[in-house]
Amino acid sequence: MDIRRDVFQAIADPTRRAIIALIALQAMTPNALAEHFHTSRQAVSKHIKILSECELVKQEQQGREIYYSLELEKMKEIDIWLEQFRKIWETRFNQLDDLLSTIKKKKK
Amino acid sequence: MTNSLLFDFTVDKSKKTVYITREFDAELSLVWDAFTKKELLDQWVAPKPMTSKTKYQDFKVGGKRFYAMVSPDGQERWALQEYTSITPKTNFKMYNAFADKDENPEPSGSEWDHTFSEHNGVTTVSIVIYNESLERLERILDGFTQGMKMSLSNLENLLASLSQRS
Repeated sequence: MDIRRDVFQAIADPTRRAIIALIALQAMTPNALAEHFHTSRQAVSKHIKILSECELVKQEQQGREIYYSLELEKMKEIDIWLEQFRKIWETRFNQLDDLLSTIKKKKK
Repeated sequence: MTNSLLFDFTVDKSKKTVYITREFDAELSLVWDAFTKKELLDQWVAPKPMTSKTKYQDFKVGGKRFYAMVSPDGQERWALQEYTSITPKTNFKMYNAFADKDENPEPSGSEWDHTFSEHNGVTTVSIVIYNESLERLERILDGFTQGMKMSLSNLENLLASLSQRS
């Protein structure tokens, strides 16, 4: 069994996707991150651990605080995921194209 | 045929904003109707295989549309939209929030700004979506992907091959 985690596993969970989105904006401490979620700090830490294992998150010590930030190289793979979001809109708009042309034909 | 129509999609994560611009090969009044009338909205707004159903809609400032995205297995994902500004056939703004089936909205939502213009029979629609929380943006996608298992498994394969390479 291959126990190595991959990026898909990282983004398969909605909370982890949200963590990714948050630290994409700025490096954050575990406490600051936990404030964004209804779950416990421990639960958030568990998600961060998985993200670290997937090499999506790196940590830096600044004074007494640990800051988590995103691995930019891995971000490219997340961009592929964002591409899915774009595709949803593409699908929608293609459906709208069909609808518009149907209505136009009916009018004639 | 429709390939030459503009489609621009960008996400500015630092501004928590999605920018979408699309051209349509139809006159403005028709495109305006497609974005503002529930009978038409329900026909295109849900990416297949999902469907959209509107429980009610009152298209006026302060009015609302309450609708659900329905997945093939019948799961309903409700959302409440409140129209905050309407300039007929030019612009409308709304506030969108996920809700439960009893119309109780979640605390954080998104602001949608639609602008319409027409040139030579081609209508351009620009949509700006500002999300109060990025977590919400993620969940929009999550909701859609639940109904799009096929593309999700494609993504899984793609990411798996990418992570093997790294």
